[in-house]
Amino acid sequence: MKRSDPGVLGTHTAADVPEPPKVVPVRRYGQWVTTVVLLVITVLVIRSLLTNPRFQWDIVFSYFLNGQVLDGLVTTIVLTVVAMAVGVVMGVLMALGRESRNPVVSGAAALYIGFFRGTPLLVQLIFWFNLAALYPVLSVGIPFGPTLASGSANTLITPMVAAILGLGLNEGAYMSEIVRAGLQSVDPGQTQAAHALGMRKGQVFRRIVLPQAMRVIIPPTGNETIAMLKTTSLVSVIAIPELLFQVQAIYSRTYQVIPLLITVSLWYLLLTAVLSTGQFYLERHFRRGDLRPAEKPFLARLLARRDPLAQPAERKQV
Amino acid sequence: MTATATPPMVEAIGVHKYYGSNLVVKGIDLSVTQGEVMCLLGPSGSGKSTFLRCINHLEKINAGTIRVAGELVGYRQHNDRLHELRDAEIATRRSEIGMVFQQFNLFPHMTVLQNLIEAPVLVRREKAAEARARARTLLERVGLADKADAYPRSLSGGQQQRVAIARALNMRPKLMLFDEPTSALDPELVGEVLDVMRDLAADGMTMIVVTHEIAFAREVADTVTFMDDGVVVESGTPAEVLGNPRHPRTQSFLAKVL
Ligand SMILES: Nc1ncnc2c1ncn2[C@@H]1O[C@H](COP(=O)(O)OP(=O)(O)OP(=O)(O)O)[C@@H](O)[C@H]1O
Ligand SMILES: [Mg+2]
Repeated sequence: MKRSDPGVLGTHTAADVPEPPKVVPVRRYGQWVTTVVLLVITVLVIRSLLTNPRFQWDIVFSYFLNGQVLDGLVTTIVLTVVAMAVGVVMGVLMALGRESRNPVVSGAAALYIGFFRGTPLLVQLIFWFNLAALYPVLSVGIPFGPTLASGSANTLITPMVAAILGLGLNEGAYMSEIVRAGLQSVDPGQTQAAHALGMRKGQVFRRIVLPQAMRVIIPPTGNETIAMLKTTSLVSVIAIPELLFQVQAIYSRTYQVIPLLITVSLWYLLLTAVLSTGQFYLERHFRRGDLRPAEKPFLARLLARRDPLAQPAERKQV
Repeated sequence: MTATATPPMVEAIGVHKYYGSNLVVKGIDLSVTQGEVMCLLGPSGSGKSTFLRCINHLEKINAGTIRVAGELVGYRQHNDRLHELRDAEIATRRSEIGMVFQQFNLFPHMTVLQNLIEAPVLVRREKAAEARARARTLLERVGLADKADAYPRSLSGGQQQRVAIARALNMRPKLMLFDEPTSALDPELVGEVLDVMRDLAADGMTMIVVTHEIAFAREVADTVTFMDDGVVVESGTPAEVLGNPRHPRTQSFLAKVL
């Protein structure tokens, strides 16, 4: 740059250093407009919810703690937990299987994932439910050799077992991709350093790789759990008395379809909120050592005081 | 075993290593005695890292033998054959060889202190209190006593590398391998890591250091070994190899880096 007047820069004394100029943030008119529009819509929706008598809020809440509804709720929660547990275990096994150097093992894992992701869950559920039609007798024994134990498929595969198999095995296929992405996100240098310190494969996996992979694994797994909570409603087709099934049973008697569907929706919303909160704390736990600030939950963001002097959070290169 | 003098700390004979069909280590013989500091120099791709990783069996070799303190690292000899050891046995032998990497490779989900005590407690089944006490002494020695509870990502590169050295030392290794420990550092941070290594050498640690820091090699090394294209081209005292290289490949390499 060419300095046309070299005198100016050097001649200020301490006294006439000007006040530092104030910083005026950009005015985001678009954001204001969006906020106003959203607020108006919110008010309209709330007003219609409160004033439209056909929502029948009294009926909605009178069934909220109904015994049959609560029974269904328990079944839904148990199904979600057990199916996700099966899904996570299968997911880890299949993810490790995919990474195996043995082509038979990795091929089998790929086949599993391909089959369960490639066919509709509803079909799989009905299929497990009707397994007896395909294999009337299930037995345990030595392949091509003697049978050790056997039983009728109809008594072994109860609707609940069919539901858990259907939901859990299907979930395993999706979880395996999530786990695999997590494992691959960990720098191979970590494994090498751990091996160089004398750790064994299992120790390296448990203490070094998995805890770091969890940061990548947990957010989508939270998603899967929340999706599973609602997917369990599919098993009402094989007569499992979960939340939706129970409510359907009630409204087929009373014809209060809309209020009862609102009742279940409220329960699903409530459970989802609980799961999201749990996910937040899990994520925070597995972020330790990370300098980037954690994503705050919605409410905390909404209530946070706007500090005009706040600097953008300091970021370190990772 | 015959009652001869103690075996060399590292003895490599005819080591060959393939990646797929690509031969990258082409018959290396070398020997490092107890307390010796050997600096390994050579152009990029000459197989220095690969050879170093063969010493603690992070890479399997395809032919030849490497003994550390008289023992084969990844194998057991039975008559004429080498039988590969099980994972657990390899891990035990490997735990006596410290390694420091170019990229530090600290465990980011653990504090500095946890990084130092993880392997002693997990691998050696030491009491945590014991490992912790030794860790604090080591952190003091590398000048990071106040960083014990910090997470690695909050440290500078030079600090991370000093922690990595302390982590390896907390296993009380008999041999330390360094793979370009200062190559990922900003120039002003190189000195603090080399100081720690100099201190370690003065303390009598046996060290093999892959480095491009010629001044460090000249000052600290007992032996300088120059590698090119998977073989040892020339080896000797720093004065011989750095001051008066005989081989034209060494001469042209030194002309480039000096
Ligand atoms: N995991 C691997 N798979 C295949 N080839 C590899 C692998 N690691 C290294 N190589 C190849 O082996 C050769 C030697 O690599 P090596 O990393 O040992 O060289 P180096 O002397 O350490 O080089 P630098 O100074 O760049 O670190 C190179 O040609 C490299 O491409
Ligand atoms: Mg290298």
